[in-house]
Amino acid sequence: MKSIILTAGARLLVPLLLVFSIFMLLRGHNLPGGGFIGGLLGATSFIVYAIALGTAEARRALRVSPETLGMVGLGIALGAGLIAVFTGDALFTGQWLWIGGDSYETASFAPNSILVFDVGVYLVVFGGILSMVLALEEEL
Amino acid sequence: MEAVLSLLIGLLVAVSVYLMLARNFLRFLFGLILLSNAANLVIFTAGRLTEGAPALLRYGEDAPATEIANALPQALVLTAIVIGFGLFAFALVLALQAYRQIGTLDTDQMRLAEPRQPGAEADK
Amino acid sequence: MTSWFLAAPLVIPFVTAVAAFLLRNSETGRWVSVAGSAAMLVASLLLMAEVLDKGVLAGQMGNWPAPFGITLVADTLSAVMVVITAITSLAVVIYGMGEVPVRLERLGYHALYNAMIAGVTGAFLTGDIFNLYVWFEVMLISSFGLLVLGGTKEQLDAGVKYVALNLVSTLAFLAGIGMLYGMTGSLNMAELALTVPQVENQALVTVVAMLFMVGFGVKAAVFPLFFWLPAAYHTPRFSVSAVFAGLLTKVGVYALMRVFTLIFVGDVSFTHEILLWVAAATMVTGVLGAAAQTDFRKILSFHIISQIGYMVLGLALYTTTGLVGGVFYLVHHIIVKANLFLIAGIAQKAAGGNELSRIGGLYKAAPFLGLLFLIPAFSLAGFPPLSGFWAKFVVVKATLELGHWFVAFLALAVGLLTIFSMTKIWAAAFWKPHPDGIEPSLSRVDRGELVPMMIPVVGLAVLTMIIGLHPEPFVQIAETAADQLLDPTAYITAVLGEEAAP
Repeated sequence: MKSIILTAGARLLVPLLLVFSIFMLLRGHNLPGGGFIGGLLGATSFIVYAIALGTAEARRALRVSPETLGMVGLGIALGAGLIAVFTGDALFTGQWLWIGGDSYETASFAPNSILVFDVGVYLVVFGGILSMVLALEEEL
Repeated sequence: MEAVLSLLIGLLVAVSVYLMLARNFLRFLFGLILLSNAANLVIFTAGRLTEGAPALLRYGEDAPATEIANALPQALVLTAIVIGFGLFAFALVLALQAYRQIGTLDTDQMRLAEPRQPGAEADK
Repeated sequence: MTSWFLAAPLVIPFVTAVAAFLLRNSETGRWVSVAGSAAMLVASLLLMAEVLDKGVLAGQMGNWPAPFGITLVADTLSAVMVVITAITSLAVVIYGMGEVPVRLERLGYHALYNAMIAGVTGAFLTGDIFNLYVWFEVMLISSFGLLVLGGTKEQLDAGVKYVALNLVSTLAFLAGIGMLYGMTGSLNMAELALTVPQVENQALVTVVAMLFMVGFGVKAAVFPLFFWLPAAYHTPRFSVSAVFAGLLTKVGVYALMRVFTLIFVGDVSFTHEILLWVAAATMVTGVLGAAAQTDFRKILSFHIISQIGYMVLGLALYTTTGLVGGVFYLVHHIIVKANLFLIAGIAQKAAGGNELSRIGGLYKAAPFLGLLFLIPAFSLAGFPPLSGFWAKFVVVKATLELGHWFVAFLALAVGLLTIFSMTKIWAAAFWKPHPDGIEPSLSRVDRGELVPMMIPVVGLAVLTMIIGLHPEPFVQIAETAADQLLDPTAYITAVLGEEAAP
């Protein structure tokens, strides 16, 4: 299906959806949102792209295969859980660094393993959904 | 509210059983999707229904000040939905592939892995 | 630190799956998979040593205290199952180096394989009933992938039946979890063991128990829920069907053993009586089904069903001796059955088929292979001094102790019929001359393929011999496992702390 309106719209929608998906991912730390929803939105952006310009074009724009992306995400999520081994905590215990303070309230920047885990979930959902939808679309 | 949901679950199960008794694999799958929704509703209802209360705390609160919804069944249902979604997506691709290769989705005709024994009753 | 003993056998296959997937286009991916399985074996042996040393271990993931977080628990049964999973996994992955074509490896065979092993291990180790559901699904979805990988018509046909029935079973299980949670407000299995007896409406508990029995029964392939198994297990690659035959149904049996000794013990005279007759019917139908088949792997598939009956029988008796027999049978059967499927693969390569009427002459061509077949085959039938003899002996002894003469008679008769099936394979595939007049020979198989295929077959056969000739330490471990199952106090205190003891 070739449609000028959809193609032109996709050019606008795809970056917007991608940015919004990242926003959702980061917002999910304290508010509704998170890796799963972000990943769904991100996958949607590429699905729109694939509908407008074809799956081959979408795969080319993605550069790496969605399966690889999903597996890398699984690795990142696992890695986030494994950080706890260095502090002697149980698997998947949240690890925090308080930069510029000593607690969540005072720290100016608090990098933590939970966000890393969420990034992993984002990639798993993104890659998983996209690989299935692209496969289905190529079949039909 | 529980009674209404119970009836709905019953209805979903009845419809899904009807669909799953069909010979067509695709209808079977649709029945399965309804059955999975019924199972999710069972979990949701089992976690007690609270009307109009969120499952979240306000920012800065340590304990809920007012009535609060049970968040656990919601988390369980979400997990089950996500898993179910993945499984059904797979099953759908499988059905499509099977139709492509075998040429039918009539489960009575799908006997490649278990061909009829020579002595058995002939195909109708 | 304890929690890492529990987490390691679970994390290693996942890491391996990720690494093997990223390296799937090179030779390295295969070796990563082998190294991962070996590392998992080491981790599981460490866990086993720790459990034998300190008793039941429990670890809270993410430092969330039980019963709120997800708990990993290893009692003796779990630890034994994890070790045997690792052994099977290593054996099959080595075998796969000769048997799985590069084309399937590129499609992600090793990633799916390791993800499935992770799912199986997770199911054995988790102490949370909803988490058990999640592990079941991890295991299922990767097994779906493995079953249809390659996508021949037979595989797709088998996949449809396998997927359909297994999805129904997980939904029964899921609905059961929902109702159990509604009654008790808990998902932690140790806490459920304490709260389920306090539920007012015990009749509803029995109803939920039935939902669980159906859900796990499909997974375990017991009568009358086994139809997906003989429809599917003979279609994929031999590596895949060996690991399915060894491990997947046993996860169902393990889950039955867990919930029907820990949670649903309020109405034993009803639930376990059903299990008893289900077990008897499973043994008989399985072996009769096998007698009617003429394909190497189909015969073996039906024998899985009949042997599952013995394990469920051990559980149904609900005595120490019965459970010892059940646990011992579980371990013995995983080794022997995986081995028989692996041998079927070599026989197919050497003789050119699996249909018994089309092959033959294997004994003349490869007497060593014949010997390797006889060891697990006789063990399956229960000949002394192999592992199957002791397994059958204990189960039948336990049945007689309770005075179930008829069931004991059935168990022995099924043993005889098993010998009939095994001799049928022996006579057709090994003794009679090849019908097409060709000489089958192992030298027709590429050496680079044959060596990795033979190593695990020999290894598993040796393991069967060791268990058969020195059963004492294994029976002792099975006894500890059975004691812990019958008296779950240690399990509950390990998870919830001393003050929770009933």
